[in-house]
Amino acid sequence: MPIRAPHRLTTAALGLLAAPLAHAGPTELRLWHAYRGQEEAALEAAIDAWDAAHPDVVVLSLSIPPDALKTKFEAAAPRGNGPDLLISAHERVGEWVTAGLIAPWPEPEAGLHPATVEALRYDGRLYGLPLASKSLVLFINTALVAEAPADTDALRALRGALPAGVYPLAYQSTDAYFHAPWMHGFGGGVRGPDGFQLDTPENAAALTFARSLVTEGLLPEEPTGALVTQLFNEGLAATVINGPWFLGEIDPSVKFKVAPLPIISGLGRRAAPYLTVEGLLLSAHAGQPALAMELGAHLIRPEVAADRAAIGRQTVATLAAYDDPRLTDDDVIEAFRAQLDATVPMPNVPEMGATWEPSARALRRVMRGGMGPEEALEEAQRELVYFSRPAPPAVDSTPYLLALGAAVLAGLVTLGRQASQRRAELADSLRAFAWVAPAALSMALLVLIPFGVGAAVSLFAHRSGTWTFVGLTHFFDILLARDWPITSNFSFYATLAVTVLWTVSNVCLHVGIGVALAMLLREPWLKLRGMYRVLLILPWAVPNYITALIWKGMFHRQFGAINGVLVALGLEPVSWFSKFSTAFAANLATNTWMGFPFMMVVTLGALQAIPRDLEQAAEVDGANAWQRFRHVTLPLLRPALLPAVVLGSVWTFNMFNIIYLVSGGEPDGGTEILISEAYRWAFSRGNRYGYASAYAVLVFGVLLLYSRATNRILGRGAA
Amino acid sequence: MSSLSARAPSPLRVAMAHALLIVACAAVLYPVLWVLKMALTPSQAFSMDPSPFPSTISLQNFIDVLSTTDAYGGRLFFRQLANSLIVAVVTSALGIGLSCTAAYAMSRFRFVGREAGMSMFLITQMFPGVVMLIPLYILLDSLALLDSLLGLALVYSTTSIPFCTWNLKGYFDTIPRELEEAALMDGASRWTIFTKIVLPLAKPALAVTGLFSFMTAWNEFILAATLMSDERAYTLPVVLQKYVGDFSTEWGRFAAGAVLVSVPVMALFFALQKQLVEGLTAGGVKG
Repeated sequence: MPIRAPHRLTTAALGLLAAPLAHAGPTELRLWHAYRGQEEAALEAAIDAWDAAHPDVVVLSLSIPPDALKTKFEAAAPRGNGPDLLISAHERVGEWVTAGLIAPWPEPEAGLHPATVEALRYDGRLYGLPLASKSLVLFINTALVAEAPADTDALRALRGALPAGVYPLAYQSTDAYFHAPWMHGFGGGVRGPDGFQLDTPENAAALTFARSLVTEGLLPEEPTGALVTQLFNEGLAATVINGPWFLGEIDPSVKFKVAPLPIISGLGRRAAPYLTVEGLLLSAHAGQPALAMELGAHLIRPEVAADRAAIGRQTVATLAAYDDPRLTDDDVIEAFRAQLDATVPMPNVPEMGATWEPSARALRRVMRGGMGPEEALEEAQRELVYFSRPAPPAVDSTPYLLALGAAVLAGLVTLGRQASQRRAELADSLRAFAWVAPAALSMALLVLIPFGVGAAVSLFAHRSGTWTFVGLTHFFDILLARDWPITSNFSFYATLAVTVLWTVSNVCLHVGIGVALAMLLREPWLKLRGMYRVLLILPWAVPNYITALIWKGMFHRQFGAINGVLVALGLEPVSWFSKFSTAFAANLATNTWMGFPFMMVVTLGALQAIPRDLEQAAEVDGANAWQRFRHVTLPLLRPALLPAVVLGSVWTFNMFNIIYLVSGGEPDGGTEILISEAYRWAFSRGNRYGYASAYAVLVFGVLLLYSRATNRILGRGAA
Repeated sequence: MSSLSARAPSPLRVAMAHALLIVACAAVLYPVLWVLKMALTPSQAFSMDPSPFPSTISLQNFIDVLSTTDAYGGRLFFRQLANSLIVAVVTSALGIGLSCTAAYAMSRFRFVGREAGMSMFLITQMFPGVVMLIPLYILLDSLALLDSLLGLALVYSTTSIPFCTWNLKGYFDTIPRELEEAALMDGASRWTIFTKIVLPLAKPALAVTGLFSFMTAWNEFILAATLMSDERAYTLPVVLQKYVGDFSTEWGRFAAGAVLVSVPVMALFFALQKQLVEGLTAGGVKG
């Protein structure tokens, strides 16, 4: 039972130890971050200045894609491969402290915005230096509205004052992060007096308010980030709630200004967004903590921070930086600075991660009008309680070890007996083994071992950096549907049913379309065959990450191309992601687009090997085109198609990208498949890696059963 | 009267075939054109406009992507392109190298565990990657293969071995054995037969198998970002992924990068068209 004790280093003491260790060659100081563009340029400039003053130190900074930063740090730091410093959003602090990955930082001198310092405090100690912060603000298109609406009544009043077709407000209203300003403005929040509490009257009032924005026509429907940007750039949204990253998306021709979010009319409280602090964190495994802290002190100095604000357009935490002449006239920086005083720091405790999914689900239910705020929040609270439930009781591992030992022994005995019985055969096989060895050994090393280790994780429960051995508890919980009714979207069986439906319908469409197109493309009389063939395999060549998102955009309720076509045909537009059937269809269409070329090419290849005289004979006998295909061509295609179908179905079964990027599980997790559920348990429901791993093992089990079944069919071909 | 006889098919039939294919091509091209449009539009916003053609054209996004530099002012893009090419080519070579003998054995020899081995290879396709990342990191660290392009290529090639083996075995099955039997009679060793007769005959399948391994390596970024800790060792997909932020994505640059990344693959598809059709057997065709 590896339980990792919180690894708290007294960094000052270590700093002293490290100082005399100066050795030949420059000391390396490693810094990881996820900045890009101007922010990265500003950081690099600041580091270069420090580097120049420290000839014996070389700072190696590395920009890592945000999606990979967390996993990479968690994998690398304990192995001593991590950085000395990393820049990360502060909400990961609690998790990393409990996992023993980051070390405390001494209290800094005054001069930093207090909210940014407090955000980095965990269990009473400071972990990291605040470099900059991000929060939502109000962007105003000054061609449409001269003055920033001071309160929500003023915002509402815009409705009558704006030209037809212009929305008074646009923001990603179904995203919990974007809803948070209202929630806080109404006096609510995710935390009550006794821990996390979503079902409060204040939160219900905030939801009622947000819903009223939709019913009164102040907001566009299904406001995705892309749509919000587009509406603002085209002058169709007078105001937008968004963060500093939006500055890069505004069309240069649009005149705008930035202001703090409005006051909630009647309550007098200002809508308060979450504050996200970009903290400079010290790795608990840092080799050079003293130097690292020296670099940190440099980065928050007023003149350096002013550079970061002026070049990187960051809302820096160092207050004196705002006296810099470059910033005093900068209205945008000033507005972000003003909003900083009306923010709520995002809770940095590990449990916070589990609140997003229930909150978002409740929000979407209410915004769609499908559920009342109270009911939706009660449901969300139930989910949250389950997601953040303590680990199951620890289980004695002895019986498991004994069982494992017995299984290994039994396996060896059976193997030995088989070997002695089939000695002659084995001797004959030795030569073949040598041929298979390179593939088998490399797979055993780099595929089987990692999977075995990953699968063993399913026997442990993970809570905030602590692992408990729980044996098969996760499997019982999942398979006996102990926690949810069997029909709930969270139940394994419901998700399995969706996954099977997903796989079967995809493979049918891939094969159907692929075979049909291949039959057309083989005709010798068809002109431009080569061109068609090249065009039709394009979906294969473009990275699917980007095309999946484009498909998602095409399914937008109000502005998507698909509804555009439906309307042009005189049909009703469809709200694709609000119903299971249509959301599923959207996923299916996307994956079919990506998957049919493979089957088409396989079929084209197989068709080349089929002589056409059989078909001609059938034609002479009076068989029509369908009969010829059904009774002559298809049976000949079967041997080539079956293995492709088996492979294709395994790939589709685990096709995580499409589900995650297109429907995102909407509505209410209904379109999740097993692998995307496993992902959610691992990454958005309180890092329950053990439970997620149990899901992955079950996915594997299901596929194993499937391959057993298909083996019989394939066996005929393989023999 | 019909397509099968020597006579030309009816004009109606030809028109219908073209109409169907044009519709299919339009459906395929529309999203692809959209990527191109975002790449050529001088904005970082995701376009919701249904037209797949850009209203203003600018190469700025491409210039931005191509002109990224490292801390020492060195051009990163071409270095990362070189990394991607090295990793992808080594992955193809390793993938084929490690799997071709196994595929041949499975096609030609009867041996203990043959069926079990075949299904084992398929089974590994079923391992969900989510659970393997951290163990893989630890393993590569112990093997001193972290931060090495070779290590990355090794990981990619092992994930592509099952497909390679299946596909090559399927193609070897279609090669008549008589040739080999004659050579055996003449005293040639199995290895000579394999390298001198079978492999040259299997060129289309080798090309396709190589292309598949190439693409496995070419588009992957999670492993690459986790296993590499030097910007100059990054592969292109990692760099692309940097444009996808926590809160917002720089769509223009991301699309431009995606176009640049897709071009070599499209070129390969185009060059290998014929082999693609002949060589993709995915383990079947004949017993």
